[in-house]
Amino acid sequence: MSDPSYHSRIRQNPKFADMVSRRTRFALILSLLVLVPYYSFMMVIAFQPDLLRQTLGEGVATVGWPIGVVLVVGSWLLTGVYVRRANGEFDRMNQEVLKESWK
Amino acid sequence: MKHSLAGLAAGILAALVATTAFAAPGAIEGVQKQAVNLHAIAMFGIFVLATLGITWWAASRTKSTSDFYTAGGGITGFQNGLAIAGDYMSAATLLGLSSMVFFKGYDGFIYAISFFVGWPIILFLMAERLRNLGKFTFADIASYRLDQNRIRTFAAFGSLTVVCFYLIVQMVGAGQLIQLLFGLDYNYAVVVVGILMMVYVTFGGMVATTWVQIIKAVLLLGGGTALMLLAFSQFGFSFETLFSKAVAAHKDGVKIMGPGSLMADPVSAASLSLGLLFGTAGLPHIMMRFFTVPNAKEARKSVFVATGFIGFFFLVVMVLGLAAITIVGQDPQFFEGGKVGGKLIGGGNMPVMHLAKAVGGDIFLGFLSAVAFATILAVVSGLALAGASAISHDLYARVIKKGDVESAQEMRVTKLASIGIGIVAIVLGILFKDQNVAFLVALTFGVAASVNFPVLILSMYWKGLTTRGALWGGVAGLLSAVGLVILSPAVWVKVMGNAQAVFPYDHPAIISMSVAFAVTWFMSVTDSSQRAKNEAVAYEEQYIRAQTGLGAAAASAH
Repeated sequence: MSDPSYHSRIRQNPKFADMVSRRTRFALILSLLVLVPYYSFMMVIAFQPDLLRQTLGEGVATVGWPIGVVLVVGSWLLTGVYVRRANGEFDRMNQEVLKESWK
Repeated sequence: MKHSLAGLAAGILAALVATTAFAAPGAIEGVQKQAVNLHAIAMFGIFVLATLGITWWAASRTKSTSDFYTAGGGITGFQNGLAIAGDYMSAATLLGLSSMVFFKGYDGFIYAISFFVGWPIILFLMAERLRNLGKFTFADIASYRLDQNRIRTFAAFGSLTVVCFYLIVQMVGAGQLIQLLFGLDYNYAVVVVGILMMVYVTFGGMVATTWVQIIKAVLLLGGGTALMLLAFSQFGFSFETLFSKAVAAHKDGVKIMGPGSLMADPVSAASLSLGLLFGTAGLPHIMMRFFTVPNAKEARKSVFVATGFIGFFFLVVMVLGLAAITIVGQDPQFFEGGKVGGKLIGGGNMPVMHLAKAVGGDIFLGFLSAVAFATILAVVSGLALAGASAISHDLYARVIKKGDVESAQEMRVTKLASIGIGIVAIVLGILFKDQNVAFLVALTFGVAASVNFPVLILSMYWKGLTTRGALWGGVAGLLSAVGLVILSPAVWVKVMGNAQAVFPYDHPAIISMSVAFAVTWFMSVTDSSQRAKNEAVAYEEQYIRAQTGLGAAAASAH
């Protein structure tokens, strides 16, 4: 299995570079989609907490609660988005690379 | 003010992350033994019988070292997801987090969110590489292209350090919790937990450990959800009613609806959140979970499943905490001396247990207590397994025997190691009885985030990492994490009795992680040895395997 020429053929396969760069970019964008809202939320808590204390309509519930729920549910949905594409599209590309480079 | 915040943060950290119920340090001290709770003991007995049955079944399927360490890679993504969720949703998540909401309202929610966001990041940046590169332990990855002897030994000791600290925390928490919920003596509780853990791990290996974790996760999710529905029905399933009644009942009134004082110090909050996020990714028993699935595809799926269950459970716990404000917070039977607003019976971690009694009676309380006990058992088993693998796979088979060892012999060493760890855990649990162990949680996560995590992530992502860089960086991370914890309020003030802490934050991650990364980088880029050059060349093969799974450890056939 650890055939060096197999590795170099994978390396030279343009599909490999394509798959890796797409998947890396996708993972990075999704990480930012989780981390930027989360750290913005933390910054609002540290410096502008009143923004989260505004009430919703007539009652006592504040906007902070639904925002928190959106952070949790949203991050989870993003993991679903990643798994769907990584296990579908990227995995197919991966299999193709491995097959084409195998001689 | 800062110190009390940091102290509180450590307490909450303890509550949420440690899988035990010793949350706020105050809750450990002066825990009184309660009356013997027969419902709880009966239900826990059923759990133990069921899991011993599983261990018996698992033992027949645990023949090779691969079966033992990783269940032969034959766990499905969904099962592994449940098991990961089980590792993360601990007794303390249920008790500590609901108690945070009970006392602080919205601040509890902020913590829950902070504990949650690490999981998507682990999926995006680590899951597939972990699976593709690792075989049995995280040292496999760290030493993939670096010096087998030195890096593997170092990584194994990193694992064992974390396992030992965390085991103490768990054992002490187990003793306290069981004393509180079951009315059993502390020492018996520690011995029972230690022996059951040895039986699961020694005979059933990863198969049994995983199934114990899955069963417990299902019980915890089911029990938590049922309790939530029962409690929420008292508010007509209306959030508006839930919120307005809580505001009316709570002494802080409408303040509990928004951020309070807990996160007001951004540095403390950032250090805590860094330590949690990357400490989780550096816990050996969590990383090991990624090797139990057949391939990267299933590894990704398992994080998706785990994240979903963890998120759902955290939201359920929020409702429990809010409901407890109204139902428990106004009922004199749950307060010492019947004084509403005074000290809660059993300590500050008990709101959710009282809620169970209030809406579900003694049977439900017994059930929830049994689930909490089961939770601790499941986590200590995972820890013991991770520790045993570090001893038998890394130190014995790879470093001492250089890989030249019979499978049967390695299994023997593994089983002896599990028994050894079990005995050590019991002894430490008894030694640390009545000690304030909150600092050990900061230490566990500090070491995991500053020693294990940097070498792991850099070995996967950075071609320039060399053996010299990894060793120096690891030592720097270890010394700074341990040193800062000693200088922190949790040890310097609370354990050693000084007036003022030298380092104001209980969590060292913000400094110790930076030190570890900086030293690793510097000692790597200035390393011009031939070995360093070879290691950079070897990155190529590792990179292709990490990306494609080519040559990755496959599932063993059964």
